[in-house]
Amino acid sequence: MADAVVILGTLFLLYVAARTGSESLVKFHPPDLIPAVSLDPHNLPNYAARSTLRMFIALFASTIFTLIYGYIAAHSRRAEKVLVPLLDILQSVPVLGFLSVTVTGFIALFPGSLLGIEAASIFAIFTAQAWNMTFSFYQSLRTIPRELDEMARLYGLSRWEKFTRLEVPVSLIGLVWNGMMSFGGGWFFLAASEAISVLNHNYTLPGIGSYVAAAVTARDFSALGWAILTMVTLIVLIDIFFWRLLVAWADRFKLELTAGAVPRYWLLEMFRASRVPSLLSRLFSPLIRAADRIFSRLTPAVHAEPKIVREQRKDPIFDVVLIIAIACLVGAAIRFILKEVGLAEFGTAALLGLATMGRVIFLLAFSTLVWTPIGVAIGFNPRLARLAQPIVQVLASFPANFVFPFAIATFVAFHISINWGCILLMALGSQWYVLFNVIAGAQSIPNDLREMADSIGLKGWRRWRALIGPGIFGAWVTGAITASGGAWNASIVSEFVTWGNTSLAAVGLGAYIQRATSIGDWPRIVLGVGMMSLFVVGANRILWRRLYAIAEAKYRLT
Amino acid sequence: MTELISTSHVTKSFVLPDGSDHYTVLQDISVSVKQGEVVALLGRSGCGKSTLLRILAGLIRPSSGDVVADGAQLSGPNPNVAMVFQSFALLPWLTVQENTELGLTARGVGKNQREEEALKAIKMVGLEGYESAYPRELSGGMRQRVGFARAFVMNPEVLMMDEPFSALDVLTAENLRGEIGELWEAGKFPAKSILLVTHNIEEAVTLADRVIILAANPGRVRGEVTVDIPRPRDHKAPRFKALVDHIYTIMTNPDVAVGELKPNEAKFPLLPHARAGGISGLLEVVFDHGGRDDLPQLAERLRLEVDDLLPIIDASVMMGFARVEQGDVILTPTGTEFAQADVARSHEIFGEQALTHIPILRTIVETLKQKKSGKAKADLFLDILDEYYSEKEAERQFETAIAWGRYGQILEYDSDEELITLPEAE
Repeated sequence: MADAVVILGTLFLLYVAARTGSESLVKFHPPDLIPAVSLDPHNLPNYAARSTLRMFIALFASTIFTLIYGYIAAHSRRAEKVLVPLLDILQSVPVLGFLSVTVTGFIALFPGSLLGIEAASIFAIFTAQAWNMTFSFYQSLRTIPRELDEMARLYGLSRWEKFTRLEVPVSLIGLVWNGMMSFGGGWFFLAASEAISVLNHNYTLPGIGSYVAAAVTARDFSALGWAILTMVTLIVLIDIFFWRLLVAWADRFKLELTAGAVPRYWLLEMFRASRVPSLLSRLFSPLIRAADRIFSRLTPAVHAEPKIVREQRKDPIFDVVLIIAIACLVGAAIRFILKEVGLAEFGTAALLGLATMGRVIFLLAFSTLVWTPIGVAIGFNPRLARLAQPIVQVLASFPANFVFPFAIATFVAFHISINWGCILLMALGSQWYVLFNVIAGAQSIPNDLREMADSIGLKGWRRWRALIGPGIFGAWVTGAITASGGAWNASIVSEFVTWGNTSLAAVGLGAYIQRATSIGDWPRIVLGVGMMSLFVVGANRILWRRLYAIAEAKYRLT
Repeated sequence: MTELISTSHVTKSFVLPDGSDHYTVLQDISVSVKQGEVVALLGRSGCGKSTLLRILAGLIRPSSGDVVADGAQLSGPNPNVAMVFQSFALLPWLTVQENTELGLTARGVGKNQREEEALKAIKMVGLEGYESAYPRELSGGMRQRVGFARAFVMNPEVLMMDEPFSALDVLTAENLRGEIGELWEAGKFPAKSILLVTHNIEEAVTLADRVIILAANPGRVRGEVTVDIPRPRDHKAPRFKALVDHIYTIMTNPDVAVGELKPNEAKFPLLPHARAGGISGLLEVVFDHGGRDDLPQLAERLRLEVDDLLPIIDASVMMGFARVEQGDVILTPTGTEFAQADVARSHEIFGEQALTHIPILRTIVETLKQKKSGKAKADLFLDILDEYYSEKEAERQFETAIAWGRYGQILEYDSDEELITLPEAE
């Protein structure tokens, strides 16, 4: 029984992937001939499948990128010095602002085919997923327990063996969780990148995102409703058949040896009950063993000392090269500001950045006030938490741009200024990170401490100040960073919105970038994106890092 | 014996995180592990014993000094070494069998041979039937058994153990330690030597032939103590306790020079519990019998069991009054003189002999002579004896010694005040 289900399920997935994949490969379009998107809901499954395929291709690419980039960063001291700060900046750059650059680039790469736009869309999703996953992998590699690392070195594991037996398994849980969160964030970029107007061109890829865009142009509420229904179904299905399965499977890679209840998942149980996987593995095991041996031979162990010792050695030549490179970049930036855009434009962009920053701060304050008490209440109630967490996860994954039209229609109808309204639009996608993390933070407060607070009669405000506040602080910081990053990105699509042929533009950096992108004003695109990156990186360095340090040093519960 | 691994003048220092200064973890360490011995590195936390172990294993390079393994300078992980880690260092996603095979896989050993040897090692640590279990499913003690199996399977020259039992509860640790000891004693241990890092004195004395004691800040060798107790070792044996106490005293007094614990017999030999009057009586009877007497006949004449007679004879031999040959007691010249002497003279001879042959009495008298008051509390000497004997035995030894001393008129004892004095000069 289990065998039949597993075989049929796999075959069905392969069929869908192959069919949708072939469509985008075979159908040749000159770039000016834009494939029309039909609003007939019957097309939605097909569109959804194509969008999903894009998401998974991007996830695959992100995983490969993560493994390579993270491995190099963790193993080469020189590379680490460049790669890690670079990753930090890449993480902060508003990806949506770069769509114009990437779309033109990829179209040039695949002339006369839809593949260029396809690749640009996949790349946009990739940029939403890759950085988080890479950071997670790098962190896991850096924090491998010392004795495990020593064991691997003493028993002479080759680099390949160490990678496959120790490094990847150790990182796997973090990778899966980060992949899951990033995948959720990817839908937003998918929706934004499938229908985009860049440099006075409108590019459309058949998919659920472009379906929504078409529905917005047509002011078709029923089509929007169908799209939202499809999207929710899609997210739930992928959650059930992919992520939950992966999370349940990854549980065996937990480092802690504490014997606890192993989470059971029906789908995983079915896979285990089925003979197909073990049959396949027996079939391929000689091949895998041979490949394993070959890779092992190719990568003999290096007799490197552990990290702590290596870090002390100085590398002056490399440092000088770095400093020269940095100086060149700074020089280029100054030249760009003076020659290409002028100081006045720079000032305007900075002021607009302040306006958007005001919105981000307001949004954070508001979602903290609203969601912290709710999150704590949910987190303290295990049964509620079990119910709420998947829902919050779906909400966080749901691309907020799908519901924008409803909000915008309301703004138009009630004459609400977009300057305020866009805060709501930005919050639609990003607030969930605060809630999600606060729930997790509240759950991590040990029961002992809560019982202690009960027994000494800590109540109300005092309880919050003494126990709950410090207890969830670290989790809140994580959530707030993610939320603010999401909000900055969302500002690009939220501050400049259209509903049918009505356009609403707010005063802000997001609208500035969006406008520059659609008319193809290169200097302004670069200035706008650069300015936004500066704001995000600045906030990270000045505020978030310190809060993180405080959370780590003072409010850690373990 | 061949030296398997040795360090000479090894120093290890780390730069402090702020880069300002060096922090010396190990200073001028010269140690070695020879073939066929069990060496324990003993020290309090922070003495760098684990760092030293890792230097010997080639996992950490020393800042200066040499590490020699099998006659060659060591660079990189020592291939002839296997280690058992404090935290077990098992990969939770591999089964017991796969964890055990890991090192062989890395060596490129073929699948069948790998499985065979892993099964042998798993059997040796008593985990038969758990081959396909995951570490998560095992108890702490069983997990460390996997750690041992993984090390055994490598057939290393030196098996290193970094506090292998300290993450286990007391009873489990005791059990596993005992089994490791038994494997070693039975000659079945799959390594030529063992190097053990521990902070547990009893553990070191139980397992090791040699205990190297390390000092902290910076870590350096204070000295070493040989454990000369025959195996299997009994934790209740006086010698075992004495060694543990000896090392404990060294560890709690950082300034004390590390010395070997002298064998019991040499310093304060066990006195047989015989009365001075009994000795005197025995010597007179033997003298009357011509200076030589058969033991059983002597016992019959004195109406004593042989067992009761033996302490008296032992005491006479110890005092130099008699010797035993082929079941006969023969008086020495001093013994003959003693038997013939008048009462006053016999006491005098007894005193002289006691001072020459009974170390504890000599110690007491010398101590009294050095004191201005010529007095000393009994406790002082009881404490000394406590180092060698159990508390009860120490008291009996003291009583016997005092009785002999009083008889020989070399000391006086006030039992109410427990005060020993020299006899007043006449």
